[in-house]
Amino acid sequence: MDLYEYQGKELFARFGIPVSEGRLATTADEAAAAAEELGGEVVVKAQVLTGGRGKAGGIKLAEGADDARAKAEQILGLDIRGHVVRKLWIERASEIAKEYYLSLTFDRGAKKPLFMFTTQGGIDIEEVAEKHPDALVRLHVDPFEGFQPWQGRRLIYGAGLADPDEQKQILTIVGKLYAAFVGTDAMLTEINPLIVTPEGEVKALDSKFTVDDAALFRHPEIAEMRDLEAVPPEERAAREKDVTYVKLDGEVGILGNGAGLVMSTLDVIALAGGKPANFCDLGGGGDAEGVVDALEVITADPQVRSIFFNVFGGITRCDEVARGILAALERMSISHPIVVRLDGTNAEEGRRILAEASPDNLHVEPTMLDAARRAVELAA
Amino acid sequence: MAIIVDNDTRLVVQGLTGSEGRFHGLRNRSYGTNVVAGVTPGKGGQDVEGIPVFDTVAEAVERAGANTTLIFVPARFAADAVYEAVDSGIGTVIVITEHIPAHEMLRVYTYVRPKGITLVGPNCPGVLSPGKANAGIIPAEVFAEGAIGLVSRSGTLTYQIGYELAQLGLGNSSIVGIGGDPVPGSSFIDVLERFQADPETEFVVMVGEIGGDEEEKAAEFIRDRMTKPVLAYIAGFTAPPGKTMGHAGAIISGSSGTAQAKKEALEACGVRVGTTPTEVAELVADTVGTRA
Repeated sequence: MDLYEYQGKELFARFGIPVSEGRLATTADEAAAAAEELGGEVVVKAQVLTGGRGKAGGIKLAEGADDARAKAEQILGLDIRGHVVRKLWIERASEIAKEYYLSLTFDRGAKKPLFMFTTQGGIDIEEVAEKHPDALVRLHVDPFEGFQPWQGRRLIYGAGLADPDEQKQILTIVGKLYAAFVGTDAMLTEINPLIVTPEGEVKALDSKFTVDDAALFRHPEIAEMRDLEAVPPEERAAREKDVTYVKLDGEVGILGNGAGLVMSTLDVIALAGGKPANFCDLGGGGDAEGVVDALEVITADPQVRSIFFNVFGGITRCDEVARGILAALERMSISHPIVVRLDGTNAEEGRRILAEASPDNLHVEPTMLDAARRAVELAA
Repeated sequence: MAIIVDNDTRLVVQGLTGSEGRFHGLRNRSYGTNVVAGVTPGKGGQDVEGIPVFDTVAEAVERAGANTTLIFVPARFAADAVYEAVDSGIGTVIVITEHIPAHEMLRVYTYVRPKGITLVGPNCPGVLSPGKANAGIIPAEVFAEGAIGLVSRSGTLTYQIGYELAQLGLGNSSIVGIGGDPVPGSSFIDVLERFQADPETEFVVMVGEIGGDEEEKAAEFIRDRMTKPVLAYIAGFTAPPGKTMGHAGAIISGSSGTAQAKKEALEACGVRVGTTPTEVAELVADTVGTRA
């Protein structure tokens, strides 16, 4: 689960990483009130789960309440890479003397947390990695041993950080970032930029924070941070029904059993010249209840023109799945053409059951590719 | 021979008294797997259709001679179950459980790895060696006995490919589901290495998907260390970046982990990549035919 900047900063603050004082606003009036309360110069920052806010005009300085209101009006409703701005973070403006970069990520390849630190912060880190690889210090932490202070020293000396006062503050922040990373089951924590003010104070000016979905059961306060309004309405409905669904931008609705098979189904639809409307995994079963829930989610998307139901029967036999599909179709009215491919255990029996019932909008095809072509045709 | 599970497997099922554990444990036994024990704390002394249940894995090892475990316990207790198995002397650990926190698996992996334990999963369908043993939830009836090793991050997709191979008269030495999580206990390379060493395996099919860089690493391993022909399939060419596609590990992060990059890495190392499950099965049939 990706967190907004302000949520990440809230977690940073909870673990003792310095951040600027700020307020959340969802209207221009709230932005004005926040600016009034904070006093002095403030920054009005769009809260969206994507990068490139600055370039898109989503971050503006404001002097006083009226100016903050005006800037908030400009930013609210902006579309930043497909994300509409509905929330603003109003923060006391910081003077910036230096910009550094510090992150701790879950390195799947090495199977260890990975620290990255450079004094060349404020810009895209992939650019630093490419152009000045020597300036970027990378250090893995053994997950069993945990963070040790020497690792912090390796980072700062490795990056050539010379100022003793900055060294001291950043060493503390490095340790706290590790505590936050492990303590929240994070997959990614990034501070870019980590700034030094002209007075020599070090703090996190931005945050990128991703938490492992599988660990949310032990962080209910983070689970509550999920912004349901930011996800497409179809995905919200899927979440409520416990259907594994991802909205895509196409016209062939997809339903299958097993994540790998469904991904493969999307690819085969593309090979057949179509565009998949969604990813939807029914999981192991094929009972009527699950099929109804999934079909309701899929057909809620107005772009969907046809549905491809791709099932491989393993332990769940295809005849059971066929009966499940028919029972589901009896319980709901669907006008979309549905193409079914059944393969695996008892596939012939399953196909026969569907063929005998033969609802008008149901098309049974023998192979995945044939079925994909048919579904694409029917969506045209 | 086959790999990971075979006629020497003496299986304990952790979570045998739960609905999933019972269903699949009994299925595994009726396939011919030597299921010697179950473990559920507090239910020691009971049995599941004749399979004795113990309170601890240590008892299952001492009294029933278990050497392999199959874990079905809920996600929040699964890491503990792995530690218990490993500390009780179990040599092969297969974890079916889904949704184990990634940090937890990171610690489990770091602990287990240096001990030389075989850890498969989590979030996987298990391991099947046709005609010998089935430890997990793979529908054995779909597969035939043969010389093709199959290793995959996905369950149903593997069944699909195994089924198509069977239709073409081709069978498998072992089928290993390494699982769809970000921290798999066994990587593609771990399994490829075993297939290379297994005298019963003549060809290997590797089924990958988006996310991580295990396929890229496997590509180099295949080029440098394998003499047996390997064919591959990758799922997720149409997956958008930043979205988890069902499996926790199936996510394109920034520009890394795309299906295209994996395909290119494999092809650059001389591995042919089929565009559909059917095409992979056909490529295998071609390869087998050419060498026969």
